[in-house]
Amino acid sequence: MASKRGESRVKVFRDWCKGCGICAAFCPGKVLSVDKQGNVRVDHEDECINCGFCEIHCPDFAIMVYPREERPPFEANIEDVAPATREELHKTRNSNSK
Amino acid sequence: MAKVTQLIHKYLRHSKRFPHVFCPGCGHGIVLGSLVRSIHYMGLAKDDVVLVAGIGCSGRIPVYVDFNTIHTTHGRALTFATGIKLANPRLKVIVIMGDGDALSIGGNHLIHAARRNIGVTALVLNNHIYGMTGGQSSCTTPTGSFSTTSPFGQLEDEFDISRVTKVCGASFVARTTVMQAAAMDSMISEAVMHPGFGMVEILSPCHTQYGRKNNFKTCVDMYKWLQKSSTPMEKYRELPPEKQEKAIATGIFEKKDCTGLEEKYARMRKSLRGEN
Ligand SMILES: Cc1ncc(C[n+]2csc(CCOP(=O)(O)OP(=O)(O)O)c2C)c(N)n1
Ligand code: SF4
Ligand code: SF4
Ligand code: SF4
Ligand SMILES: [Mg+2]
Repeated sequence: MASKRGESRVKVFRDWCKGCGICAAFCPGKVLSVDKQGNVRVDHEDECINCGFCEIHCPDFAIMVYPREERPPFEANIEDVAPATREELHKTRNSNSK
Repeated sequence: MAKVTQLIHKYLRHSKRFPHVFCPGCGHGIVLGSLVRSIHYMGLAKDDVVLVAGIGCSGRIPVYVDFNTIHTTHGRALTFATGIKLANPRLKVIVIMGDGDALSIGGNHLIHAARRNIGVTALVLNNHIYGMTGGQSSCTTPTGSFSTTSPFGQLEDEFDISRVTKVCGASFVARTTVMQAAAMDSMISEAVMHPGFGMVEILSPCHTQYGRKNNFKTCVDMYKWLQKSSTPMEKYRELPPEKQEKAIATGIFEKKDCTGLEEKYARMRKSLRGEN
């Protein structure tokens, strides 16, 4: 597991992130920032030490840290998270928007 | 660490609407994650876990996860849980309640669940307010603080949830905050595994209904407050009284050997049937 500075990638799922700013406020490496509109940016990915704080304190499961040399466990898009239920997800989305 | 987020997704009901209903920065989402991780690391099968919830924002938590879940009535979650546990003691029954749910309307059930030591685990999400219904004072709203129903400051003294539960006889009592998510994971596991009634009080910020009225500019300020004021019990004891007032004691306050009511009941049934 990557734990040295610069060995991790940090991804935010924009669809689920509510811009609360908890991740940015407590990140020891100042990796993240959040603007007034609530958009989270990964500014300094190289500074991430994979401390794990953001992942377990994000109330919306919207952030993920993974080893740099690996492919992302899934794309930073929630529809790739659970392929088996993707259809179901689309169904509810469509019915919600009606 | 990526596994942490992936793991949560294995337990979510993706057919529900996401992101979930909670306000930005609401602590309840962190509790949901912690609950999933602790259940996963205990190695429990989804079908062996029952989540019982009352009404309130906290009561929305089980909706999102793929265990046996039941959304009951306000204040009565523990009564449903008691029935489930007695009918099928093999199940791990976890009850999720808000402070209002557990101690205002449901206070009577909480004290008796603790007294009886029924083997269920109660997670009480304390945000010091009725979040869902518009920020009315609950019985845990701190004296002097502001709410919709205490615009000039709360006059009443508040309940200390952990103390109440401990004196009523619960076999496991602990307090943590959502700012210590890793500690919360292990505390929940410990409470679920301990025989008898277990209660974990979890301080969980509600900026929308409580923080805004009480000088917290953003929800992040509430997390900073939790970080600053939560103090492990051993340290808390040594603080001078004026510092204790501002601190939040965390840790395990009670852990005693005891037989759960459901176990005593099974033994009695066996002996009355002449089976041992
Ligand atoms: C019998 C009954 N009385 C009152 C209500 C209205 N009500 C719904 S949620 C709630 C309080 C919720 O506060 P809490 O339990 O602290 O949960 P939170 O929303 O803060 O997580 C109240 C009074 C109700 N649903 N049922
Ligand atoms: S903690 Fe989560 S929801 Fe909040 S800003 Fe960060 S990624 Fe978004
Ligand atoms: S893992 Fe730690 S260092 Fe890396 S982005 Fe998250 S909070 Fe910052
Ligand atoms: S009202 Fe409060 S408790 Fe309810 S979702 Fe919003 S922040 Fe959470
Ligand atoms: Mg509440």
